[in-house]
Amino acid sequence: MELLLSSAIGMMTAAGIYLILRRRSFAVVLGTTMLSYAINLFLFSTGRLVINQPPILQDGVTSYTDPIPQALVLTAIVISFGMTAVTVMMALGAFLEGGDDRVDMPRADREPGVSRGDAGEGR
Amino acid sequence: MSPALIAALPFIGALLPGLLIRSGRDVAAMVCGTATFVALLGLCLHIPAIMAGEVITTRIDWLPQLGLNANFRIDGLGLLFGILILGIGLLIITYARFYLARHEPVGVFYTYLMLFQGAMMGIVLSDNILLLLIFWELTSLSSFLLIGYWKHLPEGRQGARMALTVTGMGGLAMIAGMLILGNIAGSYDISDILNAREAIQASPLYLPALLLILLGAFTKSAQFPFHFWLPHAMAAPTPVSAYLHSATMVKAGLFLMARLWPVLSGTPEWFYIVATTGLVTMVLGAWIGFFRDDLKSLLAFSTVSHLGLITMLLGFGTEAAAVAAVFHIINHATFKAALFMTAGIIDHEAGTRSIKRLGGLRKLMPITFLIGTIAALSMAGVPPLNGFISKEMMLEETTHAVWRGNANLVWAMATVGAIFSVGYSLRFVWQVFFGPERDDYPHKPHDPGIGLWIGPAILTALVVLIGLFPNTFAGWLVDASAGAVTGGHPHAHLALWHGLNMALKLSIVATLGGLLLLILNPRMLAIRDRVWRPDAKAMFDGVTQAALYLAYRLTDRFTNGSMARAFVAFSMTVLLCGLWAFSTGGYSGATRPMLPIHAIPLIGWVLLMIATCCMVAFHRNRLLALVLVGIIGLIVSGSFVYLSAPDLALTQISVEVVTVILLLLALNFLPKRTVLDSRDGKRGFDAFIATLTGLGFGALSYVVMRSDFALPSISGYMIENSHKLGGGDNVVNVILVDFRGYDTFGEITVLGIAALAIFALTETLLLGASGRRLRNWVYDSRRAGARHPLLMVVITRLILPISLVVGAYIFLRGHNMPGGGFVAGLIVSIALVSQYMASGFGWAQSRNRVPYHAMIGAGVLAAGVTGIGAWFAGYPFLTSTYGYVKLPGIEKFELASAMGFDLGVFLCVVGAVMLALNSLSRIARQAGETVNAEPMDINPSRIKGGR
Repeated sequence: MELLLSSAIGMMTAAGIYLILRRRSFAVVLGTTMLSYAINLFLFSTGRLVINQPPILQDGVTSYTDPIPQALVLTAIVISFGMTAVTVMMALGAFLEGGDDRVDMPRADREPGVSRGDAGEGR
Repeated sequence: MSPALIAALPFIGALLPGLLIRSGRDVAAMVCGTATFVALLGLCLHIPAIMAGEVITTRIDWLPQLGLNANFRIDGLGLLFGILILGIGLLIITYARFYLARHEPVGVFYTYLMLFQGAMMGIVLSDNILLLLIFWELTSLSSFLLIGYWKHLPEGRQGARMALTVTGMGGLAMIAGMLILGNIAGSYDISDILNAREAIQASPLYLPALLLILLGAFTKSAQFPFHFWLPHAMAAPTPVSAYLHSATMVKAGLFLMARLWPVLSGTPEWFYIVATTGLVTMVLGAWIGFFRDDLKSLLAFSTVSHLGLITMLLGFGTEAAAVAAVFHIINHATFKAALFMTAGIIDHEAGTRSIKRLGGLRKLMPITFLIGTIAALSMAGVPPLNGFISKEMMLEETTHAVWRGNANLVWAMATVGAIFSVGYSLRFVWQVFFGPERDDYPHKPHDPGIGLWIGPAILTALVVLIGLFPNTFAGWLVDASAGAVTGGHPHAHLALWHGLNMALKLSIVATLGGLLLLILNPRMLAIRDRVWRPDAKAMFDGVTQAALYLAYRLTDRFTNGSMARAFVAFSMTVLLCGLWAFSTGGYSGATRPMLPIHAIPLIGWVLLMIATCCMVAFHRNRLLALVLVGIIGLIVSGSFVYLSAPDLALTQISVEVVTVILLLLALNFLPKRTVLDSRDGKRGFDAFIATLTGLGFGALSYVVMRSDFALPSISGYMIENSHKLGGGDNVVNVILVDFRGYDTFGEITVLGIAALAIFALTETLLLGASGRRLRNWVYDSRRAGARHPLLMVVITRLILPISLVVGAYIFLRGHNMPGGGFVAGLIVSIALVSQYMASGFGWAQSRNRVPYHAMIGAGVLAAGVTGIGAWFAGYPFLTSTYGYVKLPGIEKFELASAMGFDLGVFLCVVGAVMLALNSLSRIARQAGETVNAEPMDINPSRIKGGR
């Protein structure tokens, strides 16, 4: 079981990173979503895998799964929705404002002259 | 008055000018003056106790785990500096009121000034070095604001930046030094450190700590080779210069050396570093100052020189030298503040402060002449003024100092410094006030109103009084503060006449030499102008330029605007760090048995793998990719169910629904297909990076899952006490709303902020270029015939009450069964969103009476109020309680205060999700999506009625 889960985590991570490395915004959004799945599963798995022992207290039951990673991941899932929503809005805004959906900063937008090192005094 | 309150009063005063900004500068000056005066009064009330040898302390535990306590103390040294800071501060506040022009933002000035004053008081009253460091940095920051107060002057901005860079860097070094010191002493409280002299001086870390601390003190007190920032800081308005460079900012370094004198001094290292630096600075400052034409610049270098003098005295490490140092701190503050204010008056009234354009002001400005001359003569060390007494004491001490076996070097150098000191003081008097009257002053000079000259006049009166009656006016303060510095009970012998001793002879030599210099001055100036001399500002600029250039080169290498490049650098760094950590960590193989693989998880795994591969392969077809996201999310929720995490499964599946709806809405306004614009090589490289990272992450999770916990987990506590303390059986929910409620509180706040950010982004998108683009939007895909079909409208309406009841049920049972505020919020959001989707925006929105922003706010508020409620019961924030209630008709049930918190979570989630989706639909409406008032496009009842 551990092998299945860890290979799935690795696979989703790889897919997420590959998509994030694309140049178009929607692919990046998909990539972050995939990466959130992988990371949430990883966080969850740090409590070690346990089957049929949910952390709901019952009379006569003594062993439960680790509840802390679950609590962490629960909020992480909701937060990652918020993050996806903000990223989507930014992608949308960049597309509507700039006319294309590239994620890289256009050369013209970079601060001119900075890389030549003539910043500093008096600027 | 409590020392903590004395330190806090200037900060309170700093708030007032901002609040009273409309009342004018008189009121601003008045309130700041009042705050300062009250603090000074509070301080002076402690004088009898301190004279009796007591130390007044306040102890407030702040972060005791870190050793950071807000402890304050007033001893002799703190008293001396406190009187200087508050007393001269009071005079400066008065002076600035008349100095600054009507159109200048006086409120801002006073706020900065009071901030600075508070920071200085904090330094001198702190009894904890970590607290002291905070105030230390605060003086750097507030002096930056003060020096750059005239924002329109480039010199002001550059001078402020230079001061901040130099003193800030010194401050950083000092933090390290103080931490070492505290570590050796085992406590960060100054009282404890002062008792640990043997341990500190025996420690091998003594020298590094000393060097780092001295770096901080020397940069602050403008000691060579860091002296160059001080003259450039003269671009500040004169009240600032007078305050910062006579009594406060630059004296902070001296204060620190005096404060730590008992534990750091007395070693050869201390003597050679501190005394030598002081001596060099004293001579160098006097030499440069002698050639300066700008009055403020002359005074600045003279300050550097006098600071060097005091540093040297502290460096000698003897009790008598410490007494002389403390006495000279008082004297220097009085005559130098008076001189700066005099220079300001001359600048203000004559329109220039260049010696070359002045002269003959004796008759035109008699009051200023009197004040300036007395103060300058005190600076020169002429009897019977106070500067004379402390200079004599200094010269006396130098005759006892032996530098590397040479008994004559120190006093000879000090005499050279004193000669130049007399030289520039006489220059100040002679070339400004004497000589013929000129007719080309920029303004017609005349004495100012009393507001400007009263401050320097009071100080000059002190100069004379301390000179004539040193024991009455200063002796007690010198005794008390020198006692605090040395830890003994020194008795200062302050007198004008000590007999015809070596010091007096040196003093006479210095005065005669100074007179000679005054006569030779024009010729010396001419010679000096022809000789090359180093320009500190050019060097400083060169170094900062080089650092900037390097920084840009380095950052440009990683971030050149390409997100992929930055991300590759990041993931490779993480991977390499992980590999390094793993290879050095001593992993000894798997310790947990593997769980057996059953058929259903295997099927899920195969599906997940296929879906992920498809996602990578077909991600450019965006709609298909969205379907695949849904599938993957579904399998992830399934795995949560299988692996004993029902809460996670519920949350994941409902988040999945809203995510897909969100992405669908967004996709409406994005290209339907992703353009392929990366080359094969680039994609191959990306795939390689992705595979490496994926392998690394997968391997890491495998290793983690197969290993036992390295340390005992705290989960046992949570499970054990979930029912007992939290009153709930669902441990995950109890952790969320009770044990770790503070985290959850933060998280719902973040979620709310994210939703509001989306709302704000939408607002801007509706305007400008993107707004125009949206108004001219042409839909490129074929529209559905009936957007709001009858069947869907009817079904969603039937479902709504059911889903709301389910939501309420999930919410209520959350404390004991899977569920809770997060899940319930998501379920209710989905029910509401489906109304919008089925019946159309216009119809649904007209039935919504609570704005979603308000819902987010109410949620955060409800959670916060529940948390605060615990205070009234005398418990810490967010402590929950529960009880059982029996109502007639239904079974006994539990009521927990955590439910109020969970209600906040619920409201916040609903508000955030709805606001995010609503914002996206606003974009659609801007793009010309028709808004329907009727719920159905084809409504049978209407058709029938029409016929």
